[in-house]
Amino acid sequence: MSKCRIPLGPFHPLLEEAEFFNIKVEGEKVVDIEMETGWMHRGHEKISETRTFTQSIFLVERICGICSTSHPFACVNAIEDIDNVEIPERAKYIRVLIGELERIHSHLLWVGLAGHFIGYDTLWMWAWKYREPILQLSEKITGNRNHYAMMRVGGVGRDFDNSLIPEINPVLDMLEKKMVMLAGAVNDDPVLKSRLKGVGILTKEDAINYCANGPTARASGYDIDVRRDDPTAYEVVDVKVIVTQNGDVFDKAVVRVLEIIESCHIIKQCLKAFEKVQGPIINKVKEISPGEGIGRYEAPRGEVFHYIRSDGTNRPVRHKVRAPSFSNIPTYKASCIGIPLADALITLASVDPCYCCTERSLKVFDTKGRRLEESLLKLSREKTKKIRKNFYADGVSPLERIFEL
Amino acid sequence: MSLYNKIIKKSIWVFHASASPCNNCDIEILDLITPGYDIERFGIKLVGSVRHADVLLVTGIVSHKVAPRIKQLYEQAPKPVFVVGIGTCTIGGATFKQSYNRAGAPLDKIIPVNAFIPGCPPKPEAMIDGIVKLLGTLK
Repeated sequence: MSKCRIPLGPFHPLLEEAEFFNIKVEGEKVVDIEMETGWMHRGHEKISETRTFTQSIFLVERICGICSTSHPFACVNAIEDIDNVEIPERAKYIRVLIGELERIHSHLLWVGLAGHFIGYDTLWMWAWKYREPILQLSEKITGNRNHYAMMRVGGVGRDFDNSLIPEINPVLDMLEKKMVMLAGAVNDDPVLKSRLKGVGILTKEDAINYCANGPTARASGYDIDVRRDDPTAYEVVDVKVIVTQNGDVFDKAVVRVLEIIESCHIIKQCLKAFEKVQGPIINKVKEISPGEGIGRYEAPRGEVFHYIRSDGTNRPVRHKVRAPSFSNIPTYKASCIGIPLADALITLASVDPCYCCTERSLKVFDTKGRRLEESLLKLSREKTKKIRKNFYADGVSPLERIFEL
Repeated sequence: MSLYNKIIKKSIWVFHASASPCNNCDIEILDLITPGYDIERFGIKLVGSVRHADVLLVTGIVSHKVAPRIKQLYEQAPKPVFVVGIGTCTIGGATFKQSYNRAGAPLDKIIPVNAFIPGCPPKPEAMIDGIVKLLGTLK
């Protein structure tokens, strides 16, 4: 059968962000998918080098609007890692609270969009209806619906107002009840079940081979969670990691719905602690000494990783960001090939891809379409060769002569 | 034009193009059509193609890769089309002001713009207010 090519994007009504998929099909079967990204590249890592450490936190917050506390969380972890800064206990609870609120609204967003993708708009509207009170809570606690600006090096920027506790508890109770109801409704619906069960299976071996992380890996039975494995603030609360075994789209949805309920439990632990734990919310950090730091945090989509190198000034020399979607998106190579075209979109969306997070690097092409990185390497090698000729008559260095013998 | 303006006020079809934003304005736009704000009660609806749209919403700093596409989208839209820049990024670039991948700023250097809605991200109420003010200018 002849192959047919279906372009999807970059400005497509289904895709909230601009990205381009080149789907090759044989009949109805997907045989290959090529992806083109780069529409969202803004050059954070370069801008970060011109900003102070505190300003960098606000910059990385704007890497992605949905994980807008995960990146600052990992960033402050990396900066604190350079000097081994300890943060006050109340600050830890506030960080956990904001992180879990964000996880709830991000997962609800995915549940809604997944419903939209399979033509189940009722689910979309319901999920986003329950997301709204969470955003309003965030606004009450932090002052903004999405970009919270709470993280600082050594603690948090704003204290939690204890008088908000009676307002937050009923919302969490409501959400928990509705999520149990939603999980039941999804389980009872034969259409949803036949639409999602056994679709786009990612096996455990593939999840490990493609370095999947977050809910994508956990749905495939790969027990990995930074909140439990390498906690930086989460040691103050109990975290139950949710793992399912099948690796299909249905299990990915189940993991996310159960994680929302688990996040509600974690927030309740924090609220209980706020009444007892008082005191400072920030340890003032005056200087960052030269060195390297690594920060990890379990974002709603998986592990986000920040690397910061400091030379003792108030600016990072190098700031490297690796978002979870970077390793999650390529899993479509394992899960999407060979399935019908109608199932391809929900499988592509099942990893909760975030292209704003992913697009961190830029390839430079010249006018003839050649990649400049390779020619830069060539230039560099040629220069070494040229210099070598000036030093050694036969063009062979003493080092090479040793290895020849 | 007056008949057109009279009709368009009651049913505005909106196309949303994300030109390298941080995603936040986009999810706030989607928030508008969900039960929390429900702008469909005003006849405002998100459509799938720019050829059906009366209003083009653009978010984000326009990167070099997206800029030709945004121009193309504007050319494809049936005229008159109203362009609304959502978020501070379209006005001054916000925190990405020094970005090397910023094609033109503000947005009206690339395509003509009718209204800007500032904020990072603008609240959904602010977006509704912006659209209502834009419609107020129609005679």
